[in-house]
Amino acid sequence: MKQLNYIKMEFPAKSVNEGFARAAAAAFAAQLDPTMEQLGDIRTAVSEAVTNAIVHAYPDTVGQVQMRLRILEGEQLEIMVRDKGRGIPDVKKAMEPMFSTGGEERSGMGFTIMSSFMDGLRVRSAVGRGTTVTMRKRIQTKAGA
Amino acid sequence: MKVLSSYQDGRLTLYLKGELDHHEAAAALRKISRTVDDYLPRDCVVDMGELSFMDSSGIALILKISRLMAETGGRAWVANAKNQPLKVLDASGIDRVIQISAAARS
Ligand SMILES: Nc1ncnc2c1ncn2[C@@H]1O[C@H](COP(=O)(O)OP(=O)(O)OP(=O)(O)O)[C@@H](O)[C@H]1O
Ligand SMILES: [Mg+2]
Repeated sequence: MKQLNYIKMEFPAKSVNEGFARAAAAAFAAQLDPTMEQLGDIRTAVSEAVTNAIVHAYPDTVGQVQMRLRILEGEQLEIMVRDKGRGIPDVKKAMEPMFSTGGEERSGMGFTIMSSFMDGLRVRSAVGRGTTVTMRKRIQTKAGA
Repeated sequence: MKVLSSYQDGRLTLYLKGELDHHEAAAALRKISRTVDDYLPRDCVVDMGELSFMDSSGIALILKISRLMAETGGRAWVANAKNQPLKVLDASGIDRVIQISAAARS
C-alpha cells in the first residue's frame, strides 16, 4: 500500500511520555480530518499500546519505545508501537479480555480496547527480543460521511 | 488530572478532571484511598463529567474503588460519563460489575 506521509519518534519508557505520544498521534492524524470520536479512538489506542510498552516490556530497565504513524492510500491511518523488551510468550492468550500479568493496577483490557477502537490490530512478539503492535484505522472524510 | 471531592450524608462524590492514564493513576488512587478512609462513606459516586480522557488504567482504578467500598460494606458507581471515557467504559464491559450512568446525551 502506498505511503503518503509518516512520522517516527523514539522516547524512553517513562510514563510521563504517555500523554505526549497521544497528543502527537492526534496532531498527525488531524490531516485526515477525523471526527472528534475518531480522534478519541486514536488517542485511546495509542495510549494502550504505549502504556503496555512502558509497563510490561521493561520490568527492570528504562528501555526505548518507538512509535511510527503512517498515512496510507485510501485514507488509512497506521500506528506502529515497538519495544525491544521482554516480549510476550503467548500472544493469543495475552489478547484475551481480562488477561493480565500486571496485577491490581491493570485490568487486562488494553488489547480488547485497541481492537475495538481500531479497524485492524496485529501483534508480533518474540520473547527476549520485543513486541511490535500495528493498528490501522480508516478515516473517512467528514464530507463523505 | 485532578481529583476533587465532596461529602454529604454518607455519600462521597469524587470529581475526576482532565486525563486519566497510567501516569496519573497511582497518584489519583492514593488521593482517593485517603479520602475514602477519612469519610468511610456508604456510597461513593465517581463523577466523570469533566474527565476528557481515560484509558484502561481508569478501568482498573474504578474496580479498585469498587473493592475499597465493598470492604466497608459500601457501594460505588460512575456518573456523568460521556464521549471518549464512556466509550472506554462500554468497551470494557465494566458495567457488569459496577453501575454506569451516562450524562444526558445532547
Ligand atoms: N509490550 C509488551 N511487552 C511485554 N508484554 C506485554 C506487552 N504488551 C502486553 N503485554 C502482555 O499482555 C498482557 C495483556 O495486555 P493488555 O494491554 O490487554 O492488558 P494489561 O496491560 O495487563 O492491562 P490494561 O491494559 O487493562 O491496563 C499484559 O498483562 C502483558 O503480560
Ligand atoms: Mg495494557
